[in-house]
Amino acid sequence: MLLTACGNDSPTVKFNATDITGAQFGKTLALNDSATQEPRTLDSYKGKATVFFFGYMYCPDYCPTTMTTLNEALAKMKPEDAAKVQVVFVTVDPARDKPKILSEYVKAFNPSFAALYGADEQTAAVAKEFKIIYQKSQVKSEFTYMVDHSTQMYAFDPQGRIRLMIRHEAGADAIAKDLTTLVKT
Amino acid sequence: MKKILLLLAATFAASAFAQDTKIGAISIAHPWARATPGAVKNSAAFMSFDNKGAADKLISVTGDVAKEIQIHSMVTEAGVMKMRELKSLDIPANGKAELKPGGFHIMLIGVPDGLKEGTKFPLKLKFEKAGEVTVQVTAEKPGAQNHAEHKH
Repeated sequence: MLLTACGNDSPTVKFNATDITGAQFGKTLALNDSATQEPRTLDSYKGKATVFFFGYMYCPDYCPTTMTTLNEALAKMKPEDAAKVQVVFVTVDPARDKPKILSEYVKAFNPSFAALYGADEQTAAVAKEFKIIYQKSQVKSEFTYMVDHSTQMYAFDPQGRIRLMIRHEAGADAIAKDLTTLVKT
Repeated sequence: MKKILLLLAATFAASAFAQDTKIGAISIAHPWARATPGAVKNSAAFMSFDNKGAADKLISVTGDVAKEIQIHSMVTEAGVMKMRELKSLDIPANGKAELKPGGFHIMLIGVPDGLKEGTKFPLKLKFEKAGEVTVQVTAEKPGAQNHAEHKH
């Protein structure tokens, strides 16, 4: 007799990142695309392996480093596999990250990258759904502050299922391998 | 011939460390900042301090490059990145202090035109004991990482 784990009939695959397949979070998202200002949900990205990262444009260090790592990961993949990956940057600072400049920001790292924004309540709802913590700090004025925020990324498979939690310190090689596996699932 | 080679080697070694600046017992190596992507007006500057003398402190950083310049610490607690302004940065006696991505940095807030790769600008560093010194900072790729292996 063949035993299959949790009735999952797909063969067991190993990832570098934490496998969170079946997690009871990250199920909904309703925001707008910064380039087109059109609404986006998780269904918008079906057919692609999608990596979500939550950050803000004024972030001096972690966010640009993570976006560069993701760009490097795509460069390490076969072009046909990389073409099936969508990187999505979600701003946790919609007050300052206006759509046009936000779109320019992500495309400065890779023209294929997308960015999402929403009103404060929408942003809070998505962050809660994805277990992302964010909070203003060092507030000096309405437009001068930092944002403390969670640094993990989440990867979805082309069927739109949440699969991986990727730590920000994961290198481009590990991410490239995981995404190559993911685009084929 | 041997002499020429030695001379060449010495010249090369000197140029390899051309970016080092010294003030008192402190050597400052490889001052660099992140070039800013898109319309971003904030950046961070990094460098390392090698102290051959008594304990000192970096107490201020000033310059015309940004509206406001702060010394920051950065920690990740339970996966959450937190930045905080520091009053000063300790530089241990006969030791090193490093400003690097993912750790301490000099935050440049409000760089009017952003920083392009290759842009150079001065920053004036003030140490409690060693005094003041100006370093030339070069902007590098937005996603530049650590520079332990960086060679010029």
